[in-house]
Amino acid sequence: MTFPEELKYTKEHEWIKVEGNKGRVGITDYAQHQLGDVVYVELPKPGAFVKKMEPFGVVESVKAVSDLYSPVSGKVLEINESLVKAPEKVNKDPYGEGWMIIVEIMDPPELNDLFAVDAYRKYVSEEK
Amino acid sequence: MRFLPHTEDDIREMLGAVGAGSLSDLFSHIPSHLRKETPLRLPPCLSEQELLLHLSALSGSTAHSGSFISFLGAGCYDHFIPAAVDAISSRSEFLTSYTPYQPEVSQGVLQAIFEYQTLVCQLLEMDVANASMYDGASAAAEAVLMAGRITRRPKALLSRALHPEYRSVIKTYCHGQMEIEETGLTKGGLTDLLSLGRLADGTTACVVIQDPNFFGLIENLGEAETIIHRAGTLFIVAVAEPISLGLLRPPGSFGADIVVGEGQPLGNPPSFGGPGLGLFATRDAHVRQMPGRIVGQTVDKDGKRAFCLTLATREQHIRREKATSNICTNEGLVALRSAVYLSLMGRQGLRRLSEIILDRTELLKKKLKRIPGLSFPFNAPVFNEIVVRMKRSPEKLVSALLKKKIIAGLPLRRYYPELKDCLLISVTEKNTPEDIEALCKALR
Amino acid sequence: MDEPLIFERSRAGRKGYSLPEEKLRTKPQDVIPEGLLRQDIKGFPEASEPDVVRHFTRLSQWNYGVDTGFYPLGSCTMKYNPKINEEAARLKGFALSHPFQPEELSQGVIRLMFELSQFLAEIGGLDAVSLQPAAGAQGEFTGMKVIRAYHEKKGNPRSAVLIPDTAHGTNPASSHLCGYQVIQVKTTEKGVLAPDAVSQAMTDDVAGLMLTNPNTLGLFETNIKEVAEVVHSKGGLVYCDGANMNALMGIARPGDMGVDVLQFNLHKTFSTPHGGGGPGSGPVAVKKHLRRFLPVPLVVKKGTKYALDYKLPDSIGKVKAFYGNFGVMVRAYAYILSMGAAGLKRASECAVLNARYLRERLIPYFDLPYDSPCLHECVFSDNKQKEKGVTTLDMAKRLMDYGFHPPTIYFPLVVQGALMIEPTETESKETLDEFIEAMIAIAKEAQENPDIIHSAPHKTKVSRVDEVKAARELILRWTPKAQDHKIVK
Repeated sequence: MTFPEELKYTKEHEWIKVEGNKGRVGITDYAQHQLGDVVYVELPKPGAFVKKMEPFGVVESVKAVSDLYSPVSGKVLEINESLVKAPEKVNKDPYGEGWMIIVEIMDPPELNDLFAVDAYRKYVSEEK
Repeated sequence: MRFLPHTEDDIREMLGAVGAGSLSDLFSHIPSHLRKETPLRLPPCLSEQELLLHLSALSGSTAHSGSFISFLGAGCYDHFIPAAVDAISSRSEFLTSYTPYQPEVSQGVLQAIFEYQTLVCQLLEMDVANASMYDGASAAAEAVLMAGRITRRPKALLSRALHPEYRSVIKTYCHGQMEIEETGLTKGGLTDLLSLGRLADGTTACVVIQDPNFFGLIENLGEAETIIHRAGTLFIVAVAEPISLGLLRPPGSFGADIVVGEGQPLGNPPSFGGPGLGLFATRDAHVRQMPGRIVGQTVDKDGKRAFCLTLATREQHIRREKATSNICTNEGLVALRSAVYLSLMGRQGLRRLSEIILDRTELLKKKLKRIPGLSFPFNAPVFNEIVVRMKRSPEKLVSALLKKKIIAGLPLRRYYPELKDCLLISVTEKNTPEDIEALCKALR
Repeated sequence: MDEPLIFERSRAGRKGYSLPEEKLRTKPQDVIPEGLLRQDIKGFPEASEPDVVRHFTRLSQWNYGVDTGFYPLGSCTMKYNPKINEEAARLKGFALSHPFQPEELSQGVIRLMFELSQFLAEIGGLDAVSLQPAAGAQGEFTGMKVIRAYHEKKGNPRSAVLIPDTAHGTNPASSHLCGYQVIQVKTTEKGVLAPDAVSQAMTDDVAGLMLTNPNTLGLFETNIKEVAEVVHSKGGLVYCDGANMNALMGIARPGDMGVDVLQFNLHKTFSTPHGGGGPGSGPVAVKKHLRRFLPVPLVVKKGTKYALDYKLPDSIGKVKAFYGNFGVMVRAYAYILSMGAAGLKRASECAVLNARYLRERLIPYFDLPYDSPCLHECVFSDNKQKEKGVTTLDMAKRLMDYGFHPPTIYFPLVVQGALMIEPTETESKETLDEFIEAMIAIAKEAQENPDIIHSAPHKTKVSRVDEVKAARELILRWTPKAQDHKIVK
């Protein structure tokens, strides 16, 4: 199970890649493994506002549904439309093609509340 | 106790295997003050023969459409059921099977329900239907809750010509969740579209109209749709008598967003009001908000077409408190019966049947018009039910006609106080011209 | 051989119906405006009666039922469905009576409902019964609505309900439908509710507790009386999900354990057939003080007459049109009369004996997460087999090759990879022994030949169904172009 070094992670198993004042968000390899084959992803509309650690969408597999929690507060700039036709990208490439939304980071200090890669790895092994 | 295979030897052997001395030892871990010491107070058990005798007596003291000429409808309709429907639904592979959670051993039920879903979509002219809900009333309630989820608006508007029991069930389901308001009726017994236009606004999630309505009148769904969608509300149509759709333009063609209905008339007996069959259909866009089970088509490992339950993640066993509904067991066998019935009736048969019913209703109307003392408060076109106003008490009339073995209809006082001098008379193809003549003769 | 869809069997002009040939006097367009008339039912099948009968008969042959074989489904109580019950339901007075016919003409059916209500009240140890709910989940909804109405009448509906982590999904879903927040209570390592855990969660803002007894692990909630006292002490009510009543008939009664509201599943404990997913029936029983909130009408006896009583001003209203699934009630009524008190008790005793026996014989091969004595069902996990990469799902599919329907899988959620087995009392020792042999064979295969399990089932009508594809590419109805028999890469 991989956890890229440069990302930050949430307790609910989302990752965020900071790109300037924007953050690209998705779910981690651990999350996609727990869910099983993803069949559907429900994302907000661009322009919507998300709040830190509040649900912004839903990811569905055959046997489970999980809320998606935003690591930061801000405006949704872009969503990954290709996930509508190809939800399996979340399983195959959770950190790349499986990205979900890009958020304009309103409050950068919020990033400090997130896990860095080692802390997240530890958190995951404790959950198991 | 012919249903219990265990002999005393079996019991002894099995008790030995689990290390218990007697059957009551198996319950020794239950605190003794919670155990029942005395036997349940139930009647002594009956042999099969005695049981049938007893049940026949109960059945015998109950009137039915075979022993009385009945003109009762009001949401429960007695149609002729082809023998093949019983023959198929009593096959134990269908009757005694469980919900098809394991598709590899349930392709029979799954395919039948997939066909049922398709037939419902075709009948109502909608995109997608579920595998059934309990009945028309609870389906209507679930539709209102669904509209609330989709629009996130707090109010629902119900036509006062929607079946009173449907309105009651909707109110029970929505209590504490959504506000319920009712439109008025026109003098002609139809949903008052002016009052609808005034009441439907940005806080209204949906409007529910029954067609044909409780008084048998065919509503103006086209005009209703314009008003409803103008306010951004969802248009829900309830069909209590789906046989009418053999002749009448379906709700889907008027732009309904959700259509619900009662499937009992499609190949199922009245059975003193239950089980029923909740028809439920919607548009593709709303499929993930639709409650209930859905069967989908897929393939197996070898690429062969196969069916399975799908979109289960909306349901209670996975989503739990965030589920679209709490429904688990629905009306599987009843849906199967309806699928068989509709397959037998088919494209031509359903149309012919509804033409016969319309013809009989017109015959009844013509004959009733000739009876002094009777009048018609409503004049819009009807399909299978008429409201008749009379000088004497409808309750007394119904009572008097029982002696002639005729159940004349449903007095409307209990549901509509302003119609306390009116009777709702329903007609199906089981009411022959002779029956209709007998009713009219008795009314004179 | 495959059986096409009925639409694919359809041929224009074929007739499967029989209607009077009489010439009709009315032309629809003379009576109904053209714009309200339908031209055609597009896509509706046209098939002869032999076509239709053969079509559905062939479908039935690819379906497994209780009459075909053993269904060890935990929490479903797949017991034998007596055939006399079917004959009973078909009696004309039952099948062809209309719910709105005058009460004086319906004494037989109303009496049946009245007596069934009494039987259920006696079996559950409660006072008043509503037969209206159409299934267990609707019964739960009704019961929770009654609880809410009780609190509303006292001035504060309260905002939450306590539910153990072993609960069936309908429990939190039903509570939520009533506007309650769900507070989950953890069960102990012994798998039951502890009074302290409930005490900690129980406040003046909690309307009540929903539990199942025996619970979904098949274990008797030994602390139920104490737990009920905790809930009552803060003014709450106790709801019991009666889905597992098959373990307790004549042995113990929820009403005697402090339970205020209980729903039954007639299609489980009381032998009515499952029908491939219904119809069911979920009557609700309550203690005296809650009777006033039950749905209308209540079935009552006034002197020698049976009647439907609508005078219940505090009633929650109706959850279903008319009176409930009467056709299902007939079957349950017939069953109770066939069994009698001694028969029902013996049924529960044998159900528990069967489950204990299975548990004992399977312990050497499968991991048993909770070792307290089980009642009518037992729960194993796939821990022992997971080491070889074989999961509960795989084993369930492999069981089909041995001719059995799988047990309930992945429920309750507190057990990872749960395998819930409920054998019911109508299964003979030989059937159980055959099942045990099959399970042992699979356990061996998991060690020696796991591939055959991974690729199971092999002997069924279709091989393992692609449920992921079904959810990703939604085909929820037939349309002329949606059919594709080609092999998928």
